[in-house]
Amino acid sequence: MEIDPPALQSAGSPATPVSLTGSRVQSVAPTPAGANPRLIQIEAYDFFYGNHQVLHQVSLDIPERHVTALIGPSGCGKTTLLRSINRMNDLIEGAHHRGDIRIRDQSIFDPHLEVIALRKRIGMVFQKSNPFPKSIFENVVYPLRVAGVRQRSILEETAERCLRAAALWDEVKDRLHTSALGLSGGQQQRLCIARAIANEPEILLMDEPCSALDPVATARIEELILELKQRYTIVIVTHNMQQAARISDYTAFFYLGRLIEAGPTHRIFTSPKNKQTEDYVTGRFG
Amino acid sequence: MELPFDRELHELNERLLTMGSLAEQAVHRALQAFQTRDATLAAQVRDSDNVLDRLEVEVDERAMVLLSKAPLARDLRMVTMAMKISQNLERIGDEAAKIAKRARALAHEPPVRLDVDLTPLALEARSMLKASLDAFVQRNPEAARALIPRDQGVDVAHKSIREKLVAHMQARPETIPQCLEVLTVAKCLERIADHATNIAEDVVYLCEATDIRHVGKAAADTTGS
Repeated sequence: MEIDPPALQSAGSPATPVSLTGSRVQSVAPTPAGANPRLIQIEAYDFFYGNHQVLHQVSLDIPERHVTALIGPSGCGKTTLLRSINRMNDLIEGAHHRGDIRIRDQSIFDPHLEVIALRKRIGMVFQKSNPFPKSIFENVVYPLRVAGVRQRSILEETAERCLRAAALWDEVKDRLHTSALGLSGGQQQRLCIARAIANEPEILLMDEPCSALDPVATARIEELILELKQRYTIVIVTHNMQQAARISDYTAFFYLGRLIEAGPTHRIFTSPKNKQTEDYVTGRFG
Repeated sequence: MELPFDRELHELNERLLTMGSLAEQAVHRALQAFQTRDATLAAQVRDSDNVLDRLEVEVDERAMVLLSKAPLARDLRMVTMAMKISQNLERIGDEAAKIAKRARALAHEPPVRLDVDLTPLALEARSMLKASLDAFVQRNPEAARALIPRDQGVDVAHKSIREKLVAHMQARPETIPQCLEVLTVAKCLERIADHATNIAEDVVYLCEATDIRHVGKAAADTTGS
């Protein structure tokens, strides 16, 4: 496993300030002031579906308010890792794990931690947009309704704020109470992003959010991701190498359930250290 | 299994090898024409320069097509370095053409005896060009690195020749036309060594993804400040 210190580093490595000394290429964005370089700490993490082990000893630190891309061929475990971060895998019968995932130094597996509370801190956007068969407005405020918020002004303010953040407000402000199912695929995906941030999460998990979209809709989502990272920590699974190159600050490459290499995206895509990474990003396998 | 993309990269590489071979040949012929006052050989160098110009354009076109396919890692380095190496080879062709032009001009001047020997400079420039192309063919960054310090020796030799020629022109003004031609040829050889050095730096980046350009100069500037 090859990991560039310090932004993405193996568990137990001493944390040091982010430095790109020796490179004339800056990362997509400099580290925001006060950002935690180890917001999510994945430590010696193994994951099993029954007896079948799909992740092996994954150790990875994910920095706050950056975009981290998880790449690798189908079946490499990247989506399983993504779904581990908000404990969505708990819903799968027979699934179990070893090792730990910590967010702000607190284990997400702590028995005292409420899973619902954890998931409120982590928004998720899926490969296929999944608006509810409700109005645009009700889709966005749904997480607040579930949380018991009834005050109209709060709901309206949240709907506008989230739709603006998802770059959808201008397109839908005059039809907020029409069905969300009438939106285009790209608009539906942005609506799902608006819904994902309604609870003001810290982290946004995205599982191939553009794979069903055309290039124009993809470009809008990518632009949105670059804006959202000012406030949120984004972890994205993508099969599109060019997309990872365009939007992510850091990239982690997985193969057969193992983390093979991680580092600043510009380095992974111009000069990977590991031959398997090189072969994958150049399309020689996978 | 060879991907279509691999085949296109292979063809790009082939064009660069052709350019390298033509550039070496052009420098060799130009120097021969200069030494033997052979106007026919000098004309051949001009023709090969046209071929190098066309190949440079072709390499750029092929590289642009490949870039549109969004190559990454070693493929990306190969495509971008191909564009740079072809530009250096084309300029080496230009320098060879300049030497050939001076050879033709000198053929019309009466022969004079000058106390200046261009041979060591010419041999070193040609040797550096060959070494840089060998490093590219073999993808050998160590050989490329070893070549780079030799450029300083070429600069020193060029400076010495220039000083001797200036002294010669002051002492015997009637030889100024011939001295100026020789001075131009010496400058061309010095530039050929510069381009060979550039190619060597590109080979290091191609193989190791390490940009070593201007590193020594930057260190010297830091020390000086």
